[in-house]
Amino acid sequence: MIPGDFEYYRPNSLDEAVKLLATHGDDARVLAGGHSLIPMMKLRLAAPEHLVDLRDIASLTGISEDGGNILIGAMTTQSEMIASKVLSESCPIIRETALLIADPQVRYCGTLGGNVANGDPGNDMPALMQCLGATYILQGPDGSREVAARSFYEAAYFTEMNDGEILTAVRFPKPTAGHGYAYKKLKRKVGDYATAAAAVILSMKDGNCVSVSIALTNVADTPLYAQAASDALVGTAIDAATVDQAVALAEGITEPASDGRGPAEYRTKMAGVMVRRAIQEARERAQ
Amino acid sequence: MSKQQVKMTVNGTEVSGEVEGRTLLIHFLRENLGLTGPHIGCETSHCGACTVDLDGRSVKSCTLFAVQAQDSDITTVEGMAAADGTLHAIQEGFMQEHGLQCGFCTPGMIMRTHRLLQENPDPTDEEIRWGISGNLCRCTGYQNIVKAVRYAAKKLNETTREAAE
Repeated sequence: MIPGDFEYYRPNSLDEAVKLLATHGDDARVLAGGHSLIPMMKLRLAAPEHLVDLRDIASLTGISEDGGNILIGAMTTQSEMIASKVLSESCPIIRETALLIADPQVRYCGTLGGNVANGDPGNDMPALMQCLGATYILQGPDGSREVAARSFYEAAYFTEMNDGEILTAVRFPKPTAGHGYAYKKLKRKVGDYATAAAAVILSMKDGNCVSVSIALTNVADTPLYAQAASDALVGTAIDAATVDQAVALAEGITEPASDGRGPAEYRTKMAGVMVRRAIQEARERAQ
Repeated sequence: MSKQQVKMTVNGTEVSGEVEGRTLLIHFLRENLGLTGPHIGCETSHCGACTVDLDGRSVKSCTLFAVQAQDSDITTVEGMAAADGTLHAIQEGFMQEHGLQCGFCTPGMIMRTHRLLQENPDPTDEEIRWGISGNLCRCTGYQNIVKAVRYAAKKLNETTREAAE
């Protein structure tokens, strides 16, 4: 399994990387952690003639707090997010999710930017970013712009990102202190994509749910933000009947493929099970 | 397409070579440097037989281009034993605890264990199992591999304690 040949570039600055993409157009791809792109190149399902490696662009790596927001550079790896003290304290669902991605070796290489920008519906971070209400920051030849994670995904591998743009960072509001969270993922084995997975973040006050957001992984050709299911829980004590209602609403928006992970009906039901478990655990964790 | 010069440190020695952009690190290690310890197993980033240590991370060298490893510091299983041939505690553990049968996965298992024990010197059995979850073994059923890692952790910790005393 030998990839097609390409010219390799390793720019030191974002400007230089954007220029390289502008020069080579469709024939160029950016390389982040490479653990989606390189396997595709080995299968010759991707054959870029120019590969622009982002690893030397220092400004693309790092996790910082900026007022009420958290900013994560696109080249930050899954293992860096798992080890991050800032994230463990302020937004532990990222660690919980990252630990369910692939295996240790892949997590040392795989990046947040690659995971969210690739548009693979099997990836876990896109739904989580929708759950967190994240914004993606894109840099192109005409400057930078921002797109909400909830409106970024169009279809499998098709996103709002234009040719020539590079996703440079992800920003999201820090979840409120004492929030409950859970990412529940059903998979066949370590390293597998989800049969179905659900991210839930919620806040409680005086026994009532004041805010909640739910998103789903790999049960449609894009990640799904479950708006109606989220709305159903707000203002309730998250009693059994309301959870049933939210689960049904979440199941209702799924459109999974029938494949090796199971028939579509099964995956829809499993999405419901993941939502139910994630709500339960988030409720228990909420303060 | 043009060839590129790459340079990196492998097992403590600076090496260089001329590669195509598409040359995978595993091929550079095996074919240019003759280091056949890292194995080519699945070629799809699943099995971990090609695992090497690169700048303090365990990586699957079948899923990196050699050019990405420019200026990096790499250790392969060949770099684990002492110069006089004394086995590293991890290698000794795999031998003592019968942590291998066919041996194909072993170089990757050893290199992954090397990094795991640097990050977590005294792992529980569960942490060992998650820690080596990117390395597949089709012979042992993993039981003796977990024992081997435990053996190595104990021995390395004893050595560290003795050195401190």
